[in-house]
Amino acid sequence: MADFGYKISKDRQIDFDKNPDRLLRFVEKWEPSIHRCISCGTCAATCTAAQFTEYSLRRLILLVRRGEEKEVITTASKCMLCGKCQLACPMGVNTRNLIIGIQNAIKNPSEYAL
Amino acid sequence: MHFDLFVLPFTLGLIYLLAVIGIKFYSWVKQLPYSEKEKIKSSWMSVKSLKAIREVISESLLHRKIFKVNPLLGYMHMSLAFGWLLLILAGNLESRIYNHGEMGPPYVPIFFRFFHPNPTEFQLHVPFAILMDALLLLVLTGVALAYFKRLNSRFLGMKQTTKHLPGDRIALTALWCIFPLRLLAESFTSGAFGGGSFLTASLGHFLNSFLPSESLYYPFWWAYSFALGTFFVVLPYSRYMHIPTEALLIGLRQYGVKEQKTHSGYTDIELNACSRCGVCKDVCQLSASAAINNVQSVYQLRDIRYNTQDAQRSLNCLMCGRCDQTCPVGIDIAAIRQIKRNETNPGLSQSYAYVNEPAHKKADVIYFGGCMTHLTPSIKRSMVNIFKKANINYWFMDEQGSVCCGRPLLLAGKSQEATALMLKNKKAIELSGAKALVTNCPICYKMFKEEYKLDISVYHHSQYFAGLLENQVIQVKEHQVNAVYHDPCELGRGCNVYKEPRYVLNQLLTLEETSQQREKSLCCGGSLANLTISHEQRTQITSDAAAQLLATQPDLLVTACPLCKKTFQGVTDTPVYDLAELVDRSLVLKPKYLTTKHLMGEMSELLVPQEKNEVKQSI
Repeated sequence: MADFGYKISKDRQIDFDKNPDRLLRFVEKWEPSIHRCISCGTCAATCTAAQFTEYSLRRLILLVRRGEEKEVITTASKCMLCGKCQLACPMGVNTRNLIIGIQNAIKNPSEYAL
Repeated sequence: MHFDLFVLPFTLGLIYLLAVIGIKFYSWVKQLPYSEKEKIKSSWMSVKSLKAIREVISESLLHRKIFKVNPLLGYMHMSLAFGWLLLILAGNLESRIYNHGEMGPPYVPIFFRFFHPNPTEFQLHVPFAILMDALLLLVLTGVALAYFKRLNSRFLGMKQTTKHLPGDRIALTALWCIFPLRLLAESFTSGAFGGGSFLTASLGHFLNSFLPSESLYYPFWWAYSFALGTFFVVLPYSRYMHIPTEALLIGLRQYGVKEQKTHSGYTDIELNACSRCGVCKDVCQLSASAAINNVQSVYQLRDIRYNTQDAQRSLNCLMCGRCDQTCPVGIDIAAIRQIKRNETNPGLSQSYAYVNEPAHKKADVIYFGGCMTHLTPSIKRSMVNIFKKANINYWFMDEQGSVCCGRPLLLAGKSQEATALMLKNKKAIELSGAKALVTNCPICYKMFKEEYKLDISVYHHSQYFAGLLENQVIQVKEHQVNAVYHDPCELGRGCNVYKEPRYVLNQLLTLEETSQQREKSLCCGGSLANLTISHEQRTQITSDAAAQLLATQPDLLVTACPLCKKTFQGVTDTPVYDLAELVDRSLVLKPKYLTTKHLMGEMSELLVPQEKNEVKQSI
């Protein structure tokens, strides 16, 4: 078969039977302002940690919403909690508490039914 | 031998109380770290003990600090504490003299009037009767004010009184009953047998005119004894444990004992020394601006003491230090909050391995801007300008952005993660071989100064500028502008730097005094320590603080913190400047450094809000 330099992308569909919304339910209870996020990416643009590693709060929030728990676990602890994203956020998302909420969910999976 | 059955509730209560206090004190002191115990051993035989006694008299008895908050509130506390003590002492003295120096059981002086209603054979009975009545009146006025405070706290200078737990209410009720019951018991006794003085004799005479004193005095002595006994039994578990504990705390503090990084015996002593007076509540901006009324120090300390705190609530505090500053007991509230945050909100043991070896450069002075400075680039530019113009061999450590200083993590209770970041920065600092580190961010400053344990000097930019000006490395010109200076929490109350920013500013412009300055400074609302409050609540705190600061309508609002500047800019049209920007614009240069831009630079441009200015230019 001829190689055109393209591949077929993996299916990106989210199956909510496999990805339950328990993480989002926990996080929204901890910090309701997660729902204000419009995924504009201002937070990621100003991020201190993102200078050193692949880390984006915009992406993290999307992962939480989609219930991609495995990826959340590997990313959530990278934050330095400096607070720049919170000052930059145009929607007033309480980003630092949001991140702590996500971290707490990871820390005590049993308690938070993760 | 004086005895009657009714003395039992009092006597048993007293024995129980003394035993419990003894056990508690012993276990707390035993739980002190070794280093702190050594401090006590080495200094208890010194002048420090005398100082402690003086402080106990002025604070635990006379309540000098509460007098400063409000004279009437101070009088209320003084009359109850000092008045009661005098009543006990005078009662003991009277009983001693009457019984020719014989001590007898402790209940004898307390119920002296029951055993000797009208001791006419006692030479000094008249002066003592007058004295005891006067002291009882002193205490009763305090009790009356306490009743009244529950109805109208503003009359005593408090916005609101503390909401108490059931146990505290029982103790409070018992305490409130003690002195009126004593008054009635003594009055009925006087009505039945004579004796007493202007208060008890008159009241006794009056009551006797329509009530049977002979049959009433005995039940009232029972009631008085019962109220005392109840108070004593409940005391160790209620807020009134502060009465004995405050004296212990004052002593240990004089000996140099301090709060540790983890919960120690001293923490327990501090928690028990809180009288829940609620003075801290009145200065809390969360209650004034954000209608949050359950997280103030009085409740936080109580919940920690009874082990009923929750993690989310412990993160809801600006850590501005305003309550620390007003606490009449002098409890190190910030340290206790930090200990609890560490306990309840540990991190995920992240080591930040993704941060590579930090870059470094040889220089004399390191400049560290910090995360917040990267959001206020004009401060960064000014700092660089000043370093260049002052001809200083500096290295802008985080010019390309860098690792956070770690304080936000530390404040959130994640000390392990904070240490990981600290090690990264510390290595770069040590490799640069610099002699000093300058930062314009008070948050970073506090962190570098207190946690990093660096061998080099750490300066906040206000201190550094003050040094440069004093040594005439730089010179500035004065402008005809009025400004108000806002003390950032971390710099003022946090690091005790009040003098230097003012020294610099006084050379630049006319500084106006405000009601909210120095130790009383307000938090701008941007605090990184509070994780819980919403964006709207923050904005409200900021607007309220700005309104108070700008009440005199100054031309400029000056601060010395990038976060304060950024926060205030959002709510006011008054231009907000950082100290660095003003110094940069006011530098007087030697002719060879002068450029056209500097000659053209007028102070008037300062008066236009910066961000708007930028918008105009871009349009």
